[in-house]
Amino acid sequence: MAAVFREEAGRLAATLVASLGDFQLAEDILQEALVTALERWPAEGIPRKPGAWLFTVARNRATDLLRRNARYREKLAELELPATGEVDDRLRLMFTCCHPAISREAQVALTLRTVCGFSVEEIAHAFLTSEAAIAQRLVRARRKIAHAGIPYRVPRSDELEERLSEVLAVLYLVFNEGYLASSGDSPERRDLTADAEWLASLLDRLLPNEPEVMGLLALIRLHRARAEARFDERGRLVLLRDQDRSRWDHAAIGAACELVLQAGRMRRPGPYQVQAAIVACHAEAPSWEATDWPQILALYDQLLRMAQSPVLRLNRAIALRFVAGPEAALAEVEGLAGDLGQYRLFHATRAEILRDLGRHAEARLADERALELTANPAERALLEQRLG
Amino acid sequence: MKYMLMFCHEPDAGPRFEDLPADEQRRMLQAILNWRNEFKSKFVDPGMRLGESSTATTVRRRGDQYLVTDGPFVEGAEVVGGYSIVEVADLDEAIRIAKAFPGCPTTEIRPILESEQPEAFSATGVLSETR
Repeated sequence: MAAVFREEAGRLAATLVASLGDFQLAEDILQEALVTALERWPAEGIPRKPGAWLFTVARNRATDLLRRNARYREKLAELELPATGEVDDRLRLMFTCCHPAISREAQVALTLRTVCGFSVEEIAHAFLTSEAAIAQRLVRARRKIAHAGIPYRVPRSDELEERLSEVLAVLYLVFNEGYLASSGDSPERRDLTADAEWLASLLDRLLPNEPEVMGLLALIRLHRARAEARFDERGRLVLLRDQDRSRWDHAAIGAACELVLQAGRMRRPGPYQVQAAIVACHAEAPSWEATDWPQILALYDQLLRMAQSPVLRLNRAIALRFVAGPEAALAEVEGLAGDLGQYRLFHATRAEILRDLGRHAEARLADERALELTANPAERALLEQRLG
Repeated sequence: MKYMLMFCHEPDAGPRFEDLPADEQRRMLQAILNWRNEFKSKFVDPGMRLGESSTATTVRRRGDQYLVTDGPFVEGAEVVGGYSIVEVADLDEAIRIAKAFPGCPTTEIRPILESEQPEAFSATGVLSETR
């Protein structure tokens, strides 16, 4: 049922927003329709045409709510279920939810709610915040849309690239949140990486031939294709070097690599394509030892020309270690202490390199520092195990 | 929709207008005139440069007490240097105009509420006069 909701809620939301011109109102009506479905479908079964069913309920509810308001009565008459083959209105919805005038947190919540049909509870659970906080975030965002005059449309072509990077940032955030979730979490916790893939795939369908969208989609698929091997049978995190690569979905990896190449042929490079290429290098390597580190290093260099960030430089330093040796890598890493002193992976990486150099006492201290900064239970378990 | 554009100076964004050499000031003023011309049809009030923050006076009323002080109401190096009022279809248009402004590189865009009449707020809590 979650999959049906995800597919249909966004469509319905888009239709309602377009017809009523009011996010909050559309949201209220959509919410009621979904609640009704949740009450009736378990008993009656999922209708053959769930979209049409939801639309009818929404339309009835809208009629009730707006009977008194003359301005909306005309709009109600215009409310039509879009026929298949018509433009999917969800693209407008995605760009609006991800408008730069809305805070990043609110962009994420609004996208998950409106495009994917997440409940407030599901969003709160996914991001480990309270329902009240999410509800308030959503209300504020919708108010901002109404009061600040954020338009409901796909951006102009000369603004598309800039606005698209906002959408991609939101999708990437959703993916990362899902990726970092430990396997030790409650089983009802929704797999956000699946939702992120669905969103990226939808975006690719609605906005074809955008290489950065393809890059992000490939990136997500490459990670998901290897998800099985990330945790062992006891739910503990397994490092990439130790993963059983036979458990990777190589068909999916092949397809995703092809997508990276396809994006590359469009000759419009961008950070998501390069990140995807880096992950592809890892995913295509038959073993840790056979990893093409010089290629990865070159890709990090390319990425750093597009987007400066200490975390990226840290990741590059890891590649450098395998190309130029641990001393060179350590020099790079030490230079990042100012920026990344509070970042657990800085200390964990530093510890790895120090261990490589036989400086075990210092490595231990670095691991301890990393542990202090780590909240995620699976990561903690890994570090605790290393410290013995 | 009407928006007020407030052109702000932030300390990390380069020298203030007052601190620029005369020929650069002239060049900037010309650029701003060109900008006003380009968006002529969108201005309700093309606005003006405001006196610098040292020329500000703040009046505060607390209960039935008044306090009049020297300076802007918020202390700090960030200052509103000028304003314009535009009437455009939506926020994206206002953003475009703000991006094109050649003066202060920081602009705050605030919607100007269309109506302050209580009746304008409908039963569903949505402004019935929105555009």
